[in-house]
Amino acid sequence: MSCLQTIADYGLRSIGIGERLLPRSDFTLCQQVTLIGSGMIWNVYFGVVALCAGFFLATLLALGRTARPAILRKPAEWFVFLFRGSPLFIQFFFAYFAFLALKGRYAFFDPFTSAWAGALLVLFCNTAAYSGEIFYGALRSIPRGDLEAAEAYGLTGWKKFRRITFPTMLRLAWPAYINEAIFLFHATTLVFLSGFPAWQQRGDALYYAKYFADKTFNPFVPYPILAGFFILLTLCVIGIMGAMNRRLNRHLPQERRQALRLRPNFLR
Amino acid sequence: MFACTDPASLTGLHWLACYLTTGKHVAFYASFGTVLALLAITAPLALAFGFGGAIAARSRIAPLAWFGRFYIAIVRGVPDIAFFLFFVIALDQGIEWLRHKVKCPDWDMPVRQGSDFVVCAQAKLPLGTDPQWMHEIYGFALAVLTFAIVFGAFSANVLYGAMRAVPRAQMETAEAYGMTRRQAFRRILVPQMWVYALPGLSNLWMVLIKATPLLFLLGVEDIVYWARELGGSKTPNFTDYPHPDWRVWYFLALLVFYLIFTKVSEAVLDRLMRRLTHGQAVSGATMP
Repeated sequence: MSCLQTIADYGLRSIGIGERLLPRSDFTLCQQVTLIGSGMIWNVYFGVVALCAGFFLATLLALGRTARPAILRKPAEWFVFLFRGSPLFIQFFFAYFAFLALKGRYAFFDPFTSAWAGALLVLFCNTAAYSGEIFYGALRSIPRGDLEAAEAYGLTGWKKFRRITFPTMLRLAWPAYINEAIFLFHATTLVFLSGFPAWQQRGDALYYAKYFADKTFNPFVPYPILAGFFILLTLCVIGIMGAMNRRLNRHLPQERRQALRLRPNFLR
Repeated sequence: MFACTDPASLTGLHWLACYLTTGKHVAFYASFGTVLALLAITAPLALAFGFGGAIAARSRIAPLAWFGRFYIAIVRGVPDIAFFLFFVIALDQGIEWLRHKVKCPDWDMPVRQGSDFVVCAQAKLPLGTDPQWMHEIYGFALAVLTFAIVFGAFSANVLYGAMRAVPRAQMETAEAYGMTRRQAFRRILVPQMWVYALPGLSNLWMVLIKATPLLFLLGVEDIVYWARELGGSKTPNFTDYPHPDWRVWYFLALLVFYLIFTKVSEAVLDRLMRRLTHGQAVSGATMP
């Protein structure tokens, strides 16, 4: 079987298009690369959706934490504490079994026992908590002079937030936020290793890499392939978010622009 | 004391007290010890690996420096879970392969036969004849080594940065006093770098705590294993304490355990940071 045929059969296997049965023996390199690459669809889906949706909740959380009334501040603090203080792996397990228990009583929770919604919800809350903490730190380090200048120009309330506070917060938070995004994408590999079942063997990249490693008992082929895909993904994330960083900093004089550190640091 | 002789007749709190002290539950509580033991062994080991990696990355010998930089860089581009799954098999096979080469030099079949990894019986580790506890210890040791390699890379990154954060003038002064490179490293750089490394290392400690449930993936009977095992619904045929699916409660207990653990760690590390930066001209309070 030629490699093109394999790609046609298994290229979209992880979302249920193409050959139904996974290869069982005599695995070729092409099959491994194709299936693991196909699994990356899930990683990208989880990462992109959780990151985009989590961005808004993170902003709200950061604002909530700076709010004066305790009724706004406390829930935000507790949310961040809950999701940053416990391991994602345990969160997945807990959420899965909680949804499983709720499903029996309310039909509404039906989709949440499958990975596409349930795991996504956990990842969304998780990344919102971590980025909320980053944004909170950035909010607190906005130069006081900037805000005073805004007030001197007569900007108040929503207008001040939209034109001064929010862009400055993003600019200051962005390098750490890129870091968070990278490790969120890495965290998506946990989904199918925790309770969430891979329905009809539609799993993510690590699911297929593990499948091959278990079948061939040879970890030296599938895991480096997975590593290659993730390095590519990491570079894409850095590229896209780096471009956003340049846009956020475009009004600053050349020498004050922060050179983006291209060395992600595990800060979760 | 409670009498747990006839569980079927017990009710309420009495039943719960008996239920929570069965042999399997005691094993569950003991597995919290496994997690703490893993942390206690892994943290210093990972720090040692990290120190080695940072020194290698700073080395003036090019291949060693490349190796150090590669070690630091690779773990950050690839999910740590992939490393965990990889190293556990790779280390196992690597060790068995080495023993195979030494113990059975006149073995003529290839080690990899299709989907099988075959070494001679004497090279197996642990030996097929060894008792069960040897297998468990070996599995745990592999897990510790895997954690140390992965977290060593993270801490190498932190220590490498901390070594570069020590003011250049300090090293220049050391050179002016006639210290050799090695002396300056030992007497000036290493004692001063810790305060720069501490924020990163305390973050790493938190990450390490939150990575301990991954022991489950490495095949160790840890708290996640027992929570799944004990929480699943039990029918009266197999146990004296039948109950429906309680896994959600068991994982809630684990969640609370980790929340308390990270909270306490955070408080301790904060105090340590304040103590270390006392009187020092670094802005320790504003670190992540």
